[in-house]
Amino acid sequence: MTRQPYDGVVIAAPVTIPYRRYSTNTAHWWVGRAVHEVIHKAGLKPGDIDGLSLSSFTVGPDTAIGVSQHLGLSPRWLDHVPLGGASGVVALRRAARAVQCGDAEFVICVAGDTNQVDSFRRMLSTFSRFAQDAVYPYGSGGPNASFALITRNYMNRYGATREDFGKICVAQRANALRFPHALMKKPLTLDEYMSARAISDPIHLFDCVMPCAGAEAFLVCRDHGARSLGLGAARLLSTIERHNAFPEDPIQYRGGWALDIAELYAMAGVGAGDVDFVQTYDDYPVICMMQIEDLGFCDKGEGPEFVRSHTLTADGTFPHNTSGGQLSVGQAGAAGGFLGLVEAVRQLTGAALGSTVAEARVGLVSGFGMVTYDRGLASGAALLAGGQA
Amino acid sequence: MTEPLSRPKRKNPLKKTRLPLLPQGVRSRTALGLTAAAAEGRFQLQICADCNTVIYPPRDACPRCLSARLPFRDVDNRGTLLAETTIRTSTDVYFRERMPWRIGTVRLDAGPSVVAHLHGDLHEGQRTRLNLKLDKSGQAIAIALPAEDTPNMQDDRQWRELTCDPKFRRVLITDGRSAVGQAMAEACSEAGASIVFVGVADPWKPFAGEDSLRKLERVEIVALDLTDTISVNECAGEFAPRVDILINTAEHVRAGGIVERKGLTIAREELEVRYFGLTRLAQAFGPVLRARGADGINSAAAFVNLLSIYALSNWPAYGAFSATEAACLSAAQSLRAELRQGGVKVLNVFFGPLETEWYQAVPPPKVAPSALARATVRALQQGLEDMFVGDVAEDIRMRLAVNPKAVERELAS
Repeated sequence: MTRQPYDGVVIAAPVTIPYRRYSTNTAHWWVGRAVHEVIHKAGLKPGDIDGLSLSSFTVGPDTAIGVSQHLGLSPRWLDHVPLGGASGVVALRRAARAVQCGDAEFVICVAGDTNQVDSFRRMLSTFSRFAQDAVYPYGSGGPNASFALITRNYMNRYGATREDFGKICVAQRANALRFPHALMKKPLTLDEYMSARAISDPIHLFDCVMPCAGAEAFLVCRDHGARSLGLGAARLLSTIERHNAFPEDPIQYRGGWALDIAELYAMAGVGAGDVDFVQTYDDYPVICMMQIEDLGFCDKGEGPEFVRSHTLTADGTFPHNTSGGQLSVGQAGAAGGFLGLVEAVRQLTGAALGSTVAEARVGLVSGFGMVTYDRGLASGAALLAGGQA
Repeated sequence: MTEPLSRPKRKNPLKKTRLPLLPQGVRSRTALGLTAAAAEGRFQLQICADCNTVIYPPRDACPRCLSARLPFRDVDNRGTLLAETTIRTSTDVYFRERMPWRIGTVRLDAGPSVVAHLHGDLHEGQRTRLNLKLDKSGQAIAIALPAEDTPNMQDDRQWRELTCDPKFRRVLITDGRSAVGQAMAEACSEAGASIVFVGVADPWKPFAGEDSLRKLERVEIVALDLTDTISVNECAGEFAPRVDILINTAEHVRAGGIVERKGLTIAREELEVRYFGLTRLAQAFGPVLRARGADGINSAAAFVNLLSIYALSNWPAYGAFSATEAACLSAAQSLRAELRQGGVKVLNVFFGPLETEWYQAVPPPKVAPSALARATVRALQQGLEDMFVGDVAEDIRMRLAVNPKAVERELAS
């Protein structure tokens, strides 16, 4: 069966609440700031918001329902998307259908997390049942150790080098230097990347994101709704979502995108060559490289060569993670799964806060998340277009 | 290649003793199937009874056919190390002070991928044998070993963290008058214990085997009477800080059931030697053992109970004896929980009738004291928690797993 297009669905009011390394505030505070900012930016009143989608790791014991009461909202459509790095894409595609079908008119998708001293450690040990039974007791290295194994295997299999990963990180830092909300303010050279201390070989310091507090949000509504509010908006062309793809792979070297990518482009009616920028999920640079392959920009195994033969800054031949990504902006929990999407909407509506991708008409946003045992389970992607595309 | 351990230097008594910390020991109930296997040194994973898929991590539904029939069964432990990493930063205090720490992804020939601790002699791309062991928290973990044994492999840092190897440790054997105690002293000496204290009540009284016991290397006879609280406390006062492994070899074997024995004299003697003896040892040595669980190469490692297999199901021919052994088993379970806080293992070694005078009328198969001693040392070297020695113990263990009521009836006939 052919999937219905997302005709008439737009994304507007992209919001970032500036990140902080540690916060004494709760997740509810961060979520509240972001929702407030979206409402303010869109020129709406709280009573106009009839849909809410929440992603957060640290809002417990609450879920979206508790947060709706906390914020005084009375939505008729409510969603909770606990999917980490895939939260943004997943929240968007669900909200899009709700808006398209009339179940809700104005849906705010928000992701926010706090980062209190020690909250990261406590989250790691109870992240999932498999983590508790089969990962955390093994050195308690957290995601650094899990992705070190994935990275080692990828390097062995496809000949990627640390320099290749370094190129991705260095380019993102260059983008971040122009993005006001980035926590990393200092330039990064390849030499500095290469000589950084080892965290869990071959993962070194600049391969790791910095956990922090922050929030991201956007508004999903109909195009005429956005027009009547005078909002710049990006159109949703297509999406894909997949969980626990390729469970038979003994160690992860591809994600669910590889299953669904043809559908993403076919539904949008564009090809990889039409994409003006890409926001990949960058918890570790090996995952960026995997996405470049699985999203169809090159064949499997050619990621290292692709990186070597392109420039990855916002003004480069392959504009990638144009705000600096989590590697340079920081990883604010589930907000990390929104960061690329919010940035893409800014780029497509001419509202970039930092580097601007020239004549950006079509953007690809990709999400990835939830390492419950040895691999990231959730993957998703969306193609968005600016008003004139 | 593993660098052989060197004998630890005498400890500076002014230096702080490192507090024993534990890795996280929380597991799902299903994952405790791994702990049960590791306690006995088996390699077991869940196998789907409907589609034969080998499953890891432990689950409550088969990821291939959704069956709920997922028993733990022995599985081929061979595989290949696909990728390794050396962790240098950890959020966990136990691992933080043991950095760097190596782990890797092992693809088992049987199917699943297992994230495991790595032995130092195993490297990426190599074939491996996966073992299940109990870590300091008492829960199961997997460690990947080289496919073939390597020189000094038992001295590997990450492996030794999981075992109670007597090498360079100081052992106390609580009763050296018995054949078992003497065999145990010999086995521990051979295993490289740096000293073997052997307790003997009233050491001025000569006893059979004394000469050969005294001739063993690194054996030192000390006064210890398990039926006397003062004696046990005095022994602990002098030696407890230097005891890393305590092996209770006290025995008291008398035939007869509950009804046919007149009076309580023998029962009291049994309890005095076995149950109260164990209690005295636990109270005198337990606190010091528990405080020294992370005290370097010769950290406190184990408290060993030698238990009759009839602790698990009463043998009415030795009915009162069996009851005392059951009391000791129950106490050992408590002791296990109490010493685990210090990362010290309680090893229970179960055996059937022994080749000693007290089992004279019992037909074979019986266990030679030397075999019992060797098995105990092997269990320590492997870091086991439960060891079954000899055909009778193994037979009863297996029958109990199937039908405990049948065992009760058959032992009574």
